[in-house]
Amino acid sequence: MKDLIEIRWHGRGGQGAKTASLLLADAAFNTGKYIQGFPEYGPERMGAPLTAYNRISNTPIRIHSNIYEPDYVVVVDDSLLECVDVTAGLKEDGAIVINTTKDAEYLFKVLKDYKGSIYTIDARKISLETLGNYFPNTPMLAAIIKVSGIMNDEELIKDMQGSFKHKFAKKPEVIDGNMKALERALKEVNKIR
Amino acid sequence: MGIRERLSGNEASAMAMKQINPDVVPAFPITPSTEIPQYFSTFVSNGSVDTEFVAVESEHSAMSACIGAEAAGARAMTATSANGLSLMWEMIYIASSLRLPIVMSLVNRAVSGPLNIHNDHSDAMGVRDAGWIMLFSENNQEAYDNLIMAHRIAENKDVMLPLMVCQDGFITSHSIENIELIEDEKVKEFVGTYKPEHYLLNNKEPIAVGPLDVQSYLFEHKYQQAEAMRNAKKVILQVAEDFEKMTGRKYSFFEEYKLDDAEIAIVCMNSTAGTTKFVVDELRNKGIKAGLLKIRVFRPFPAEEVAKALSHLKAIAVMDKADSLNAAGGALFSDITSAMYVNNANVPTVNYVYGIGGRDTTSKDINIIFSDLQEIVNSGKVENPYRYVGLRKE
Repeated sequence: MKDLIEIRWHGRGGQGAKTASLLLADAAFNTGKYIQGFPEYGPERMGAPLTAYNRISNTPIRIHSNIYEPDYVVVVDDSLLECVDVTAGLKEDGAIVINTTKDAEYLFKVLKDYKGSIYTIDARKISLETLGNYFPNTPMLAAIIKVSGIMNDEELIKDMQGSFKHKFAKKPEVIDGNMKALERALKEVNKIR
Repeated sequence: MGIRERLSGNEASAMAMKQINPDVVPAFPITPSTEIPQYFSTFVSNGSVDTEFVAVESEHSAMSACIGAEAAGARAMTATSANGLSLMWEMIYIASSLRLPIVMSLVNRAVSGPLNIHNDHSDAMGVRDAGWIMLFSENNQEAYDNLIMAHRIAENKDVMLPLMVCQDGFITSHSIENIELIEDEKVKEFVGTYKPEHYLLNNKEPIAVGPLDVQSYLFEHKYQQAEAMRNAKKVILQVAEDFEKMTGRKYSFFEEYKLDDAEIAIVCMNSTAGTTKFVVDELRNKGIKAGLLKIRVFRPFPAEEVAKALSHLKAIAVMDKADSLNAAGGALFSDITSAMYVNNANVPTVNYVYGIGGRDTTSKDINIIFSDLQEIVNSGKVENPYRYVGLRKE
């Protein structure tokens, strides 16, 4: 991992992009990193475009501003691709990870001038099959960790088991489903370019 | 060794309150207050504190109940933001003039008009002359540490003034970051028990609190408040020294970052100081002698010390996250320049109003200010001292 990784999340209100950014901060914290996890608060409405951020570093983080030149971008909802400039400032040696079933041709078209790596994952399918409902944040969390190499698969699985036990203390029935979603996402994230 | 954790600024402040375990916390537990009373109320429900939590119907009542509790002899804390503080306005002055060492967490947000809930310092600047001690915090760690130190300062018999701990709304209050917590028992020992000298529930000494104070007395009482504020300076440093012994973390009136040999410097408060440090490091790598003075103690204002720390510079930029709308400059700018003038330190100084209503302040903005300062050094001229950064011009 580089000394400092900056990640920008694009989602829609209610999909858990903010929660995913906080879970990522948690996971990285547990491996000994310095972390920041913060959403950009606007008018909070279900379905409205939402941005959240992570900084993950080997040294204390002092900068307190939004992220304009991210190393990675995560798009939780592919309907944002046509209305938000998701690759704005994205570094060419970084990558974008998109929850989508759209084909490469479509993605190249909507991402226009962006020349860096593109990864996709069908978080909807994984979520429906493992959790019985559409909660894309666990698969997206696994996907970005896989792509960015913040930690390896074993570390992540071990750490998330602990986190989910804590997070879902009051509904332990969803822990297994989330773990399955995590493991499947690690395998199913797909490099388009 | 402390406890390695990751918390938002609001969580960190609620954690400090839990460890302090105050007698009474009155709070208006929804917007425009903060998540702090919300988190704290869960500690009350879980029985992890003995606090009497009073869910009041407004911030005016929150501060009134703090006043009642402190006057009775209890330790009271609360938290608010922006228009919540505005609604407390009347009682803010009553609290300080009755010499009640209430401790409040103020998560800085814009005072509305038009409606805005995001970060700036217009709430804090509105009460800067209300007789409260005001500490500012760069991040969650400092918000937590300042709260742990707060009661020792406020309750000192030479001080007896209310104290507010400020941090930037959303930028640090809602951002999860690393933090080092202090063990519960160490906090308990450090904060100690509140033993007021005079209080309403003392049946051996019947007293009146807040009766009519006419022409022949109010002036002297105000002088005593001013004296208490002067005394607070010494106490703030003593408490910081004890705190450093416990944690290794050093605090003073302000933090000087690479300021000793700096030629140009920024003066600011709260989270922008972190971004400025990042830029100072970048500039130092290019051989530019940039520095930072981050104000922690805004009230009492350490005028003499600030003037001394800045006197060797060639140009200074003071950043204000609230516009005083006075056609002359922001509040921090006025304080810094008057401190410099009175102490015969003559350095070209400019003001930048920035970050109003949550406008993001980036490293680019800080770089613009430093390059403006270099230009002032080169030309020896200050064209216009009252400036803006991050403002759209079109």
